[in-house]
Amino acid sequence: MMPEPLLAVRDLVVDFGKPGAPLRAVDGVGFEVEAGGAVGLVGESGSGKSVTALSILRLIGAPGRIAGGEIRLQGEDLLALPAAQMPEIRGRDIAMIFQEPMSSLNPLMTIGDQVGEALLLHQDLDRAARRARVVELLGLVGIPDPASRLGAYPHQFSGGMRQRVMIAMALACHPKLLIADEPTTALDVTIQAQVLELMKRIRDTTGAAILLISHDLGVIAEMCERVVVLYAGRVVEDGEVRAIFHRAAHPYTRGLLQSIPRLDDDRHRLSQIPGSVPLPGRVKAGCPFLGRCGLRIARCAEQMPPLVEIADRHRAACWVTAGARG
Amino acid sequence: MARMIAARLLDAVPTVLLVLTLVFVALRLLPGDPALVVLGEYATQEQLDLFRREMGLDQPLLWQWFAFVRDMLTLDFGVSMITREPVVQLIGQNLPYTIELTLVATGMGLLFGVPMGVLAAVHRNRAPDSGVRAFSLIGYAIPDFYLGALLLIVFALNLGWFPINGGGEGFWDRMYHVFLPALTLAFVKTAFLGRLTRTALLETLGKDYVRTARAKGARENRVVYRHALRNALLPVTTGLGLSLLATLSGSVAIELIFNRPGIGELLISAIAKRDYPVIQGGVVVFAFFVVTVNLLVDLAYIVIDPRIRAQA
Repeated sequence: MMPEPLLAVRDLVVDFGKPGAPLRAVDGVGFEVEAGGAVGLVGESGSGKSVTALSILRLIGAPGRIAGGEIRLQGEDLLALPAAQMPEIRGRDIAMIFQEPMSSLNPLMTIGDQVGEALLLHQDLDRAARRARVVELLGLVGIPDPASRLGAYPHQFSGGMRQRVMIAMALACHPKLLIADEPTTALDVTIQAQVLELMKRIRDTTGAAILLISHDLGVIAEMCERVVVLYAGRVVEDGEVRAIFHRAAHPYTRGLLQSIPRLDDDRHRLSQIPGSVPLPGRVKAGCPFLGRCGLRIARCAEQMPPLVEIADRHRAACWVTAGARG
Repeated sequence: MARMIAARLLDAVPTVLLVLTLVFVALRLLPGDPALVVLGEYATQEQLDLFRREMGLDQPLLWQWFAFVRDMLTLDFGVSMITREPVVQLIGQNLPYTIELTLVATGMGLLFGVPMGVLAAVHRNRAPDSGVRAFSLIGYAIPDFYLGALLLIVFALNLGWFPINGGGEGFWDRMYHVFLPALTLAFVKTAFLGRLTRTALLETLGKDYVRTARAKGARENRVVYRHALRNALLPVTTGLGLSLLATLSGSVAIELIFNRPGIGELLISAIAKRDYPVIQGGVVVFAFFVVTVNLLVDLAYIVIDPRIRAQA
């Protein structure tokens, strides 16, 4: 039997809209993150990846709500905890880095206070020790001369530097799991590489598990061992990064892989997946990818294909390529 | 920072000049000849000429404007046409009462309004929010002169808890006298600041940095007071400035109802008696007030927001 995973998400359902007419943003998503492991959640805008990430911390704001499923952290179901207990988990066991470093820091609070706040909330340190730890953290994420920057405000930092501050803040209490929601999307390409490098280093040195959310398979390939591909709020394929890259089964995953620009390719046009993700509430019976799929058969319109194992630890949900039985 | 304050002060100069010019033009647009108004219909031509020469009304308009601005800026408002007292002295006697009323009313408005707004925002669309909304509607709907009269009748006349008129002597007695009039003005102010705080706080509560604070493990109280409310105070500060100015003009009616000394009371009686120098002095003092309040709002921004401070 496998050891208990650090994080196990099972059959997660998240609804938006009114209870009578829910819009299902996440529909039965499940995956696991092992201690010290790195898993990537990939998908287009609207695929439910950010909603899934926020659900893990139970930070979905109204009108969204978690309508079903389990989120187990070391066996304990976070969804069963009283809401008042969640702040103890947030920032201590699970920390999160957000997409927008420009707006994710409080403009009226100094960097030192914002990083120190995470320590203040979860650790019993005196003022001097907290200050020392903040300086250490800022140094760790590569902010030059950290001791002199404690009194600086976010607007005095560039986007890349702010994201480093966010990372320092997330690392403050040695979380077991770091959720990074598109951590590099809002940054310049050169800065993206630096921040990714930093995250890799942190992963190797701190032993924190990482759940990386990105629309960019390239970023995920660099950081993660496993990939979970989301489409219209459902898992359509998951597996080891290598397996996904070399033997992608779902037509959507294949489309994503083909749309990565390549320098060694002399085609003049980038490949794209026609159409867009159906809006929640517009998904009818059958496969949600139906309208954009070149491989569809009659059955696709009638029945949603289940996620089936097609190789060792590699699953896909497609009647055609995965030969889903059912 | 000192440079920023100096720059703001410098910015106020054209505003003051413009206001003075408007007062100057308005006075000259008033129907009737000031000499005739002052001396009466039976004055002789010599008397009228003498008056015009003394008042500088025979000078070119530009020179009159220059002399006017000079007089106003040196607080030389002339003498009351009725009592012959220097206008600056009349204002000096009355202004402290108006400032006192404005500050106490604004303080009360802040004290009740901001917590009310927080309560409404935190319990959005639930009972406390509806309660605050109902209170705000009533606050906006009741005219202050009516509310003032009501409070006066109930608490001063019938119950005898508060004095009926006057400004009081010494700090505590003055506070005792200012309470009811300030409460009257604070009513609409509370409604206004409550709504404003609610709206601003709801907006900041949806910001990314508030989500970051929650993700760090901050509990709701900390999220609201440490992260969201401070950011929400920026628009509230602007509203506070507006409300301070509204109170100033609101005080005109309230001072009359409660029979309190004050600039409003002084102005009303001056208008009734066509005491032009007093009207002019009062209007200019009001204008200085407006400019000062705007300046204070700007300075408050500098204190609250490091981004604005950085531009200094």
